[in-house]
Amino acid sequence: MANVFPKWVNTVPIKVIVAIILIKTAVVLGVTYYATPKYTRVGYEPTQPVAFSHALHSGQLEIDCRYCHTFVDRAAHSNVPTTQVCMTCHSMVRKNDPILAPIRDSYESGEPIPWVRIHKTPDYVYFNHSVHVNRGISCMECHGSVHEMDVVQHSKSLSMGFCLECHRNPEEYIRPPEEVYNLDWERPDTEEFNKEVVGFVHDWKVNPPQSCSGCHR
Amino acid sequence: MRIFLAIYLFVVIAAVSILGFRGSTSKKPPLEVFPDMDRQAKYKPQAENEFFADGRNDRPIPAGTVARGNYFNQVEVFSNDFEDEYLGDTVFHDGKNADGSFAQTLPLNVTYELIEQGREKYAIFCTACHGAAGDGNGVTKPYGVLAASYHDDRLRGEPDGYIYDVIMNGKGLMYPLNDRISPEEGWAIVLYVRALQLSQNANAEDLSAAQRKVLGL
Repeated sequence: MANVFPKWVNTVPIKVIVAIILIKTAVVLGVTYYATPKYTRVGYEPTQPVAFSHALHSGQLEIDCRYCHTFVDRAAHSNVPTTQVCMTCHSMVRKNDPILAPIRDSYESGEPIPWVRIHKTPDYVYFNHSVHVNRGISCMECHGSVHEMDVVQHSKSLSMGFCLECHRNPEEYIRPPEEVYNLDWERPDTEEFNKEVVGFVHDWKVNPPQSCSGCHR
Repeated sequence: MRIFLAIYLFVVIAAVSILGFRGSTSKKPPLEVFPDMDRQAKYKPQAENEFFADGRNDRPIPAGTVARGNYFNQVEVFSNDFEDEYLGDTVFHDGKNADGSFAQTLPLNVTYELIEQGREKYAIFCTACHGAAGDGNGVTKPYGVLAASYHDDRLRGEPDGYIYDVIMNGKGLMYPLNDRISPEEGWAIVLYVRALQLSQNANAEDLSAAQRKVLGL
């Protein structure tokens, strides 16, 4: 009796299995690597209506974060400054510079400047800035080294895993309250300091919620 | 199989070259594949709103109203023995007596906490132009900001209410800070400015013999 199947059919099952394994591996690796805020959000760097440089204002001139983001320590929302805040200095500094024309126009007309928002949490996340900065969590824990950025970019993932990492181990991120707005501060790697930080967590009753309703409503 | 492997390799390389790597910068807003309820139609601070003609959520403060959380402690206001100390107190709000003259002294009790608050707020809002010592040599001076020094006889002789009025309402080239500073914080800064004036214009004889010895005078 002649063979029903040609000889090459013998290798078909193994080839199909290898192909499936390869495709699955690629899909799993691809999704793990790309379908996460670490890829989708980090590096977002939109062009703003005015090329404001945090590296100059915050880094070089060392103007405190709260000069502009004044209500970060007593409100849930960290405010974007009004045009009047810009004009406090820029009525004198670079007062005829064309790159600041939108600021002057806004100050005269009262129309707000359409700054592009970079850091966004989903609307069911109720993040409160004040409770974090008043308990020793610095701006840069979530926003990165903004004082070194000429153009602000999204530098941390701000995923739920990112939040929980700190909510589970606050003593690894908390710093003395007077250093919260000092973005150049470096964490001392000493036994003594680690003890001090554990003391903060205890004394301030830092008890970051890990339950759903702590952040989601 | 060879054809499969070639296509496989091509797809993987194409995907990686199109998608790039984590952390690469992009001017395009982050992709939200499953937005679920990430963006809800609700009022958010400083956000856009098509309902109002000017397109913004934050409404101007109506005349004759007091913004919530300005200086009243809600619990105190609704307690039975609440007595209004501040509302109608022109000295507290404007630094002026009822007849329009500047108040000579602070309307608050001077405490160490108040002066510490003043130091903090001074560092945030004043140092950039007036300098840490209040001598008008702030970091913005080389950029063309003209700021007064507190250390002359005129400013040493002005009443506290005058300094408060300048902080809150501005004067000459200086813009008002009353959009960012509460009356209490304004008075705290006045107190700290007075401390700076004293620090730059004190006599060694004012100190006790022991204090002078410590300083080597």
